[in-house]
Amino acid sequence: MRDYESDDIVILVSRTLSPFIMLFALYVIFHGHYSPGGGFQGGTMLAAAVILIRLAAGMDIAQLQFPRALGMPLGAVGVLIYFGTGVAAMLGGGSFLDYAYLPLPGAAAALRSLGILFVEVGVGLAVVGILVSIYDDLLESGER
Amino acid sequence: MKVANFAALALFAGLLIYAASGLPNRGDPTAVLHRDTSPAGTPSAPSYYIRNAYKDAATPNMVTVILADYRGFDTMGEETVIFAAGLACLLILRRKRKNPQGEIEP
Repeated sequence: MRDYESDDIVILVSRTLSPFIMLFALYVIFHGHYSPGGGFQGGTMLAAAVILIRLAAGMDIAQLQFPRALGMPLGAVGVLIYFGTGVAAMLGGGSFLDYAYLPLPGAAAALRSLGILFVEVGVGLAVVGILVSIYDDLLESGER
Repeated sequence: MKVANFAALALFAGLLIYAASGLPNRGDPTAVLHRDTSPAGTPSAPSYYIRNAYKDAATPNMVTVILADYRGFDTMGEETVIFAAGLACLLILRRKRKNPQGEIEP
């Protein structure tokens, strides 16, 4: 990566493409209730959009978009959202991950749908953070 | 060595194809996999999921309901495995930076 030169065309195309990839990734995450998709798939696409900017603009500029130190904390937050949903169901009187007992108003079926949404968002965040973090680690280990 | 590799690959491919030839046809209602009841006579899980997924979770995508609700523990394990993989990469690959004097900075 030392003799790396950024190219205007590559940066322009990646900058133009990246928001649309992110938008479609969010669609895949949040439309997982109705169509194929979900947290893992959407999270992978979000990570692809982030890594595209890293590839095109170089690590230093990409820090402005997604700092290197942000990856693992974001992954931890995603895992915590998943566990927190399960524990919230326990606090509501059910067993672990039994979304029908989430302490929120609504019918049991609607609460389950909501719980699935929380869980998918948690999975998506975790996958984004951890994939970008692994990419950064690999890149850094190759720089020595 | 190369010949041995290719021979092993071909042998494995043949094994897989032989195994796949024993699978039931798609949608075959008489296959054990697709029956409403298991060989022991108890109701099977897939038919329960197909009948009750929408009623239980108000979500049209059955696969999402199974992954995130019925099999929520499994998905939680997957996420934990990914997190563990990320942690392992961080611990193994992320080296401490050396300043020009050759001392390791935290």
